[in-house]
Amino acid sequence: MSDAVIVVALLLVAACATAAVAQRDPARQALVLSVLGLFLAVLFTVLQAPDVGLSQLAVGSALTPLLIMLSVRRTRRRGRTKEGPE
Amino acid sequence: MNRLRLWLLAVGGAGLTALLVAACPGLPRFGGRSHPYGERAVRASLDRHTANTVASVNFDQRAYDTLGEMSILFAAVLGCVVLLRQARDEHRARPEPAAVARPVRRYALIVLPVALVTGLYVVAHGQLSPGGGFQGGVVAATALHLLYLGADYGALERVRPLAVYETSDALAVCAYLVLGLAGVLAGTAFLANTLLPYGTFNTLSSGGAVPLLNAAIGMEVASAVVVLLATFLDQAVEIEEKQGS
Amino acid sequence: MQILPYLVAAYVFLVGCYGLATSRNLIHTVGCLSVCQAATYVLLLAVGYRDGATAPVFSDVEPGSRPVVDPVVQALTLTDVVVGATVTALLLALVLQVAKRHGTVDPDELRELRG
Repeated sequence: MSDAVIVVALLLVAACATAAVAQRDPARQALVLSVLGLFLAVLFTVLQAPDVGLSQLAVGSALTPLLIMLSVRRTRRRGRTKEGPE
Repeated sequence: MNRLRLWLLAVGGAGLTALLVAACPGLPRFGGRSHPYGERAVRASLDRHTANTVASVNFDQRAYDTLGEMSILFAAVLGCVVLLRQARDEHRARPEPAAVARPVRRYALIVLPVALVTGLYVVAHGQLSPGGGFQGGVVAATALHLLYLGADYGALERVRPLAVYETSDALAVCAYLVLGLAGVLAGTAFLANTLLPYGTFNTLSSGGAVPLLNAAIGMEVASAVVVLLATFLDQAVEIEEKQGS
Repeated sequence: MQILPYLVAAYVFLVGCYGLATSRNLIHTVGCLSVCQAATYVLLLAVGYRDGATAPVFSDVEPGSRPVVDPVVQALTLTDVVVGATVTALLLALVLQVAKRHGTVDPDELRELRG
């Protein structure tokens, strides 16, 4: 039973990692990364590592995507102000 | 040029794939019974009355390793602050308060205290239940930023005097070092967990120095994440380049 | 089942590497690097797993009554997750600095600028 759950979690992680790389727009990639973080947290919990799961949930699905989003916003805004004055 | 690069990637990737797949059968069997290090770590953790073995490994048996991790964290945050400081050709613009949808505001403000307390709880019970300074610090620090969702950027800046968090980041690193040096002064080794009584198993004050080191890490991670998010938010929301530069 | 977790770890790492090499946006590159990092977590925890074992936390389990999974690899992974995030932040700060100085985040355009 637990074996089946582990296999499903592993496959979800693999699929989501593929999607995160294939998504070329960084803002959307941040969302996919946050889903990947969630699946990783599930996998770690199934592998009996609640400590790591908790840490992955906080970092992988909240902090890293947030930082990427903020960076995207910064570079996009830059592009806009640059074209603005003309 | 581009074609050449793709070919190089394909050849290198194929080689690496072959090596990795060939290495898989040589790894310890998945789910196997032989974990010599794990068993010894569990025994040492129980000897020192620490219920959460992972916390015991992090803050007792491999506390020196955690010191290294903490230095990386500290250096990375320092690097971010230096790289993203306000340059001479930039100025600050006050972002005007944006309208927030009422449900978003309400739920963000309800969740904020719950998440903050959860983070602190996770830090405080690191030696007993899953969690600890690393996880709880991140939870507490990101929870604080729900204020940005629920209210606006100005409100966030008022509850987040950045200098305080920068100082507490440095203080936490110092606290960890001082706790380590206390062992040396008492005649044992650096970061050796022999000074404090081990306490009663499965209570908050068990595990000797583990809760203290854990709290230092919690403080460090929380202030590090607050400082990091603040520098990135500054870049995304406030700092603007001079027009036409 | 015997080697599937290791194969998944290898696959995730390779996919991340592919993304790193073909990325057209430095922010996307940093995201791919965090995919590579995830592969190391999966590998480490797969090494430490034990069939029918429980988490290495004894606050509600009588010590010695059940086998537990390896806590050492978990401790390694745990610190790695948090420190990895701050390193990601440092890389993003470098990317922002590149964007400020050169006005682009496309690695190929950057090469043309320098050459």
